[in-house]
Amino acid sequence: MRTRPRTTIPVALAVLGLAGGCGAADMTEQASPFAHTGGGRSVTLSVQSWVGAESNVAVARYLLEHKLGYRVDTVQVDEVPAWDALSQGRVDAILEDWGHPDQEKRYVEDKKTIARAGDLGVTGHIGWFVPTYLVRQHPDITDWHNLDKYASLFRTAESGGKGQLMDGSPSYVTNDKALVKNLRLDYQVVFAGSEAAQITQMKQFAKERKPFLTYWYSPQWLFRKVPMTEVKLPPYKDGCDADAAKIACAYPRTPLQKYLNADFARSGGKAAEFLKKFRWTTDDQNEVSLLIAQDKLSPDQAAAKWVDGHPSVWKRWLS
Amino acid sequence: MAALTVPVLRTKAPLLRNRAAAKLLLLALITAVLLPLLHGHSWPHHLTVSLTRPLTDASDWIIDNRDTHPLFLYFFGYVSNAVVLSVRAVYVALLAIGWPGVTALGALVAWRVAGPRLAAGTAAAFLACGALGMWEPTMQTFALMVVAVLVSVLLGAALGLAGGLSARLDRALRPVLDTMQVLPAFAYLLPVVLVFGIGVPAAVLATVVYAAPPMARLTALGLRGADPEVLEAVESLGATRRQRLLTARVPLARRELLLGLNQTIMMALSMAVIASVIGAGGLGDRVYQALSTVDVGQALAAGIPIVLLAVVLDRVTGAAGATRDEGPRTIGRPYVLAVTAAAALAARLLGVLDWPNGWTVRIAAPVDHAVDWMTSHLYSGVPVVGGTADWAAHFTTWVLDPVRDGLQWLPWWSVLLVVAALAWLIGTWRTALTAVLALAAIGVLGVWEPSLDTLSQVLAAVAVTLVLGFATGIAAARSDRVERALRPVLDVCQTMPQFVYLIPVVALFGVGRAPAVAAAVVYALPAVVRITAQGLRQVDPAALESARSLGATGRQQLWQVQLPLARRALLLAVNQGVVLVLAVVIIGGLVGGGALGYDVAFGLAQGDLATGLVAGAAIVCLGLALDRVTQPTGRRPRKGA
Repeated sequence: MRTRPRTTIPVALAVLGLAGGCGAADMTEQASPFAHTGGGRSVTLSVQSWVGAESNVAVARYLLEHKLGYRVDTVQVDEVPAWDALSQGRVDAILEDWGHPDQEKRYVEDKKTIARAGDLGVTGHIGWFVPTYLVRQHPDITDWHNLDKYASLFRTAESGGKGQLMDGSPSYVTNDKALVKNLRLDYQVVFAGSEAAQITQMKQFAKERKPFLTYWYSPQWLFRKVPMTEVKLPPYKDGCDADAAKIACAYPRTPLQKYLNADFARSGGKAAEFLKKFRWTTDDQNEVSLLIAQDKLSPDQAAAKWVDGHPSVWKRWLS
Repeated sequence: MAALTVPVLRTKAPLLRNRAAAKLLLLALITAVLLPLLHGHSWPHHLTVSLTRPLTDASDWIIDNRDTHPLFLYFFGYVSNAVVLSVRAVYVALLAIGWPGVTALGALVAWRVAGPRLAAGTAAAFLACGALGMWEPTMQTFALMVVAVLVSVLLGAALGLAGGLSARLDRALRPVLDTMQVLPAFAYLLPVVLVFGIGVPAAVLATVVYAAPPMARLTALGLRGADPEVLEAVESLGATRRQRLLTARVPLARRELLLGLNQTIMMALSMAVIASVIGAGGLGDRVYQALSTVDVGQALAAGIPIVLLAVVLDRVTGAAGATRDEGPRTIGRPYVLAVTAAAALAARLLGVLDWPNGWTVRIAAPVDHAVDWMTSHLYSGVPVVGGTADWAAHFTTWVLDPVRDGLQWLPWWSVLLVVAALAWLIGTWRTALTAVLALAAIGVLGVWEPSLDTLSQVLAAVAVTLVLGFATGIAAARSDRVERALRPVLDVCQTMPQFVYLIPVVALFGVGRAPAVAAAVVYALPAVVRITAQGLRQVDPAALESARSLGATGRQQLWQVQLPLARRALLLAVNQGVVLVLAVVIIGGLVGGGALGYDVAFGLAQGDLATGLVAGAAIVCLGLALDRVTQPTGRRPRKGA
């Protein structure tokens, strides 16, 4: 084992040449080179870029490592590519999906490479939000009919004379451009480009008590730090979001879903069983998220703290 | 990046002024002839080609056939397999010798090639990575780098060898390599991901594509630059072609080869973080994950090891290139091996192969406090000068908006005309033609408006960079002390992953185009400062001396002697500045820069090939056009290095 890296590569290549002399190499069956190095059983979880998803993974990871004896690797991938990685077996599980009908049809129904693993127990909701301190000054601002009246409050250098509606990461589900157009609002959608940038800007606005209007979602830890109130959009009805260009209604409430790689779901042993049973509440998730994002605990420490305090919740997942 | 060669200045041709006028006249004539055909402001719709349908089809086809089609099973599958196995082998080996073994090996190799001082630096750098709690990710990144650099060097050297031996191949390769070097790393990611999926193979291959060109260029340059007299002497001794190559040309090109290695390593490292967007893992992934919780301290803790690795590798390979003669080595190879093995064995017996948990320093909290303090005190309400947010807003309203609106208001053909005129005046008709064609391609792709938006950000950022960079560069050239003090700062700015400072930049300037511009300035400034300082220092001392003897003041010397004589270096600085600024303005899509950068990020995040690839192609064209417009001469210097 004590080979030097420089000699290892030719050796590895030679072995590869011998082994690869015949047969096909299906790269959809290859795991990460950094996985499984510790020996023993291991699971790879996909972490999405928002903290809620990180909390799911932190707790699942902690329990898998400490109670079930697995080694856990995590990979940060955006939502849509994560589906692709899941179907290829590069990750074993996605613990929080906000609804991707196209991918679901392709991988779960047609190719059968991904299996459903039930509800996460958390209900997600996307909407437009204004800070609560602003609502105290202008109580009628929470109705979209009145937004135009206040457009000048939300003007920034980027919004070109209109009000600014701030959107976040390009990976998130959003209908905001269509909404602004179809509701004929005097607003400009400005894309922050990443959630990190969006949160930084919101915190900065909140510190100065400045007005802002933003695309946001719950559950989200930032609500505890920057209290926000949702703006009422025309109510959601089944099918009102069928045509992406003509959407003029609010976002639905989505029970968040878990997905496993199909092979892993069949033969993943205890880990797969555990991940299928993993189910907690919005409050649980927020508690961990806040520990990570506000108290700056490492995900592992935050998970340990939560696990200590809620044995009755997680004991059910292990049974 | 170590040495940027500044070409010797060219004497001004007496006819220059007239030739310039003639060029402009010719362009005006062409425009006048074509004018009746040209109309409208934005790029005309009937001249665009929509690639959405074919690209979406291609993407679907690949996803559906990736696990069945022979092309994937028998070619890409093996490539991917080879990458996974080699990275894994290196990683396992690194883990097997543990942190004491890796540190000992690194330090001793540095000692062997570069002396005891750098050895101590190398050891300190490795230990610092461990102390920051980043040992495991550092090793992952290191394993990935070893494989990527090795493949890049082999590939680059092979291409360079071909180019160095055959003049025809050289002519064919050179423009391709030149172009590849100006492309922003972000534009490479999507096509690779599509074929290989998210993960290490895609990351390694994207890195190789990005890092191989400098090796190829410098290898070819070194082989072509060999002293003809030496070659003739070798030939007269009756050496065969192969002997000539191995005994004379390759050894003579040693300096260029090592410089190529140096540049390749630097490019690969700068890609390490960007590639985390497509699943490279390691340090880049830690930086990227820290960003999701807006944790600058944590991002910095992962960013510092990258800076350390880069600085150490840069110095060590740089030192290896500088020592020409095979002098007495300080330590022998068996010694290096023995000490490494001993360290690894000792670690294994003592059971401390993994970095001990108690030995880590948490820098995240203090850094976060500092950043918080800075952003809350500087953001707004600073007396007299106003806060950074106000500056950003003013900069957006008074500079970015007018430039963007102005560019978009200009009729499309006049933009082409301006570009042609500029490129032709600075370079040759070839560079002008390439620039114009590249710009026209953007129009054909149907992304004219967002490209001009990106262009406006680039122009604004370049203007700021040049003002600051020339001022600092002049200061550095005139005082050794300033230059010494600047060097570490420049090193850090140049190697610190851009992702680390994107968030503080947002906290200071708010979301939008202003933070993208600010990040670009931070990134591009070091190169501009360096080239300016170097160029000014290379001005013929005799010219300065004679100016001084004529009684010129310091200011007069600077404006009337040094700056005009360093014109070539200054143009090179502009060229480098433009290329680097573009790379970061694109990444600025992640902090509200919008335009092409956002489209690429969107394409990656949504797996939307049609948006991402078209934007990527537009970035490539924009980079090409900007590079050609600012290229000082038609041909880069061939002789020497």
